[in-house]
Amino acid sequence: MKYYTEEHEWVEVKDGVAYVGISQHAADELGDITYIELPQEGEFYGSGDTLGVVESVKAASDFYAPISGKVLAINTDLEDNPELLNESAEDEAWICQLDLENANDVKDLMDEDAYAEFLGD
Amino acid sequence: MENSTLRETPLKSVHISLGAKMVPFAGWEMPVQYGDGIIAEHRRTREAASLFDICHMGEFEIDGPGAAEELDRLLARPVADQKIGSCRYNFLLNDQGGVMDDLIVYRIDEECFFLVVNAATIASDAEQIKKNLSDAIEFDDLSDNTGKLDLQGPDSARILEKLGIDTSFLPAYYHWTEVEIAGISCLMSRTGYTGELGFEFYVDAEQVELLWNALLENGASPAGLGARDTLRLEMGYPLYGHEMDTATTPIEAGFGKMLKLDELPERDFIGSAALRAGTPSKTLVGIKLDGRRAAREHTEVYSASGELIGQVSSGAFSPSLECAIAMAYINTGAISKPGTKVLLNVGRNMLEGSIVPLPFYPGGTARIKL
Repeated sequence: MKYYTEEHEWVEVKDGVAYVGISQHAADELGDITYIELPQEGEFYGSGDTLGVVESVKAASDFYAPISGKVLAINTDLEDNPELLNESAEDEAWICQLDLENANDVKDLMDEDAYAEFLGD
Repeated sequence: MENSTLRETPLKSVHISLGAKMVPFAGWEMPVQYGDGIIAEHRRTREAASLFDICHMGEFEIDGPGAAEELDRLLARPVADQKIGSCRYNFLLNDQGGVMDDLIVYRIDEECFFLVVNAATIASDAEQIKKNLSDAIEFDDLSDNTGKLDLQGPDSARILEKLGIDTSFLPAYYHWTEVEIAGISCLMSRTGYTGELGFEFYVDAEQVELLWNALLENGASPAGLGARDTLRLEMGYPLYGHEMDTATTPIEAGFGKMLKLDELPERDFIGSAALRAGTPSKTLVGIKLDGRRAAREHTEVYSASGELIGQVSSGAFSPSLECAIAMAYINTGAISKPGTKVLLNVGRNMLEGSIVPLPFYPGGTARIKL
């Protein structure tokens, strides 16, 4: 089950680990993505903290921790291949894995239907 | 800016049907990119040919006895010695020597000139020019009724050949001619803003869609203002409002030699006294960054020892060099020669880069012999 923020990040919990990325909508809006600054492995980020920056040819945009947690892993493939974010923002181009502090955190976020409605507004 | 206040080119619905993303630019609603994105459009321009809708730009006609001499006093580079059939890049300055606009002057005949100006400065240019022309000279703002398309890329000549224009008939670099394409009369110049072989077309606004379709049907692909910006940045070409404004002289922007101030000491034009008396406060340089992350406009530039020495005027990822590039103004007195290491402050990080000669991309086909 995927959850979304109003800042267009997604989070999906698999076996107690929260995978985090930016939504396909966000990637499409940015256009060709040319660079990503990944969060620090081992570092703790509170919900809403800046995790990093994603840049396209035309724009740069910060992305934020959708929930609180320590970074267990980062997707280093994106450093050499940031265009993967355009191709597969919500699957192969996950950005980091967070150690979930509180499993209930995701319940405050939008589910897929709510996010689709949010985008429709 | 409210969308309702934006002006539209005659091609707006054509862009939307081609999948364009429309954005506000200089008071106009313009395509920034089409379906497959800025990088693909950029590469196609370097490798094949792209077509850009540039109808937002302004066009003036200046005609009358002594027009050459009057324009010569109005513009920073000489006009009187310009040959009929040629185009010349030029500058309209204020009394302080600041750039009111950069423009291209086409000499149509002995007494008639065609000026191509930036969209955002049409009104201020017209005011400055009219104010300084005598009653003997007629000034016409043709912008509303003129459509402009840019065909750019190494395949440009081949596309025109398919449309019945023999290569031997094509004008030389920075020259223009009159031609008929698909039954449409065009003023066509071998000029552009990408560094590639290319042509700019000026037609009746009502016929611009016919010309657009004819060029696409014969092999050009549509490209938006996003690719136009990365292409011009790789060439180190200035963009008005970024590398140039009324607080910047053409000398600071790197065009001092073109003005021939020393070679023509008697030449007098608006701004010349200030340029001769003043000292440049900054100089425009190219910076190649070590990584892919871009330093955008207004990013502070520091020397390797940590001293603030300037500011970025334009910056983006370069699709051809596959790293970030920027143009920046470096304060007079700081070292600005190629090879100098610099640091760029992008907030949480300092990016590393080096000053390099312009253009960033030297492989362009703009001047090739046809």
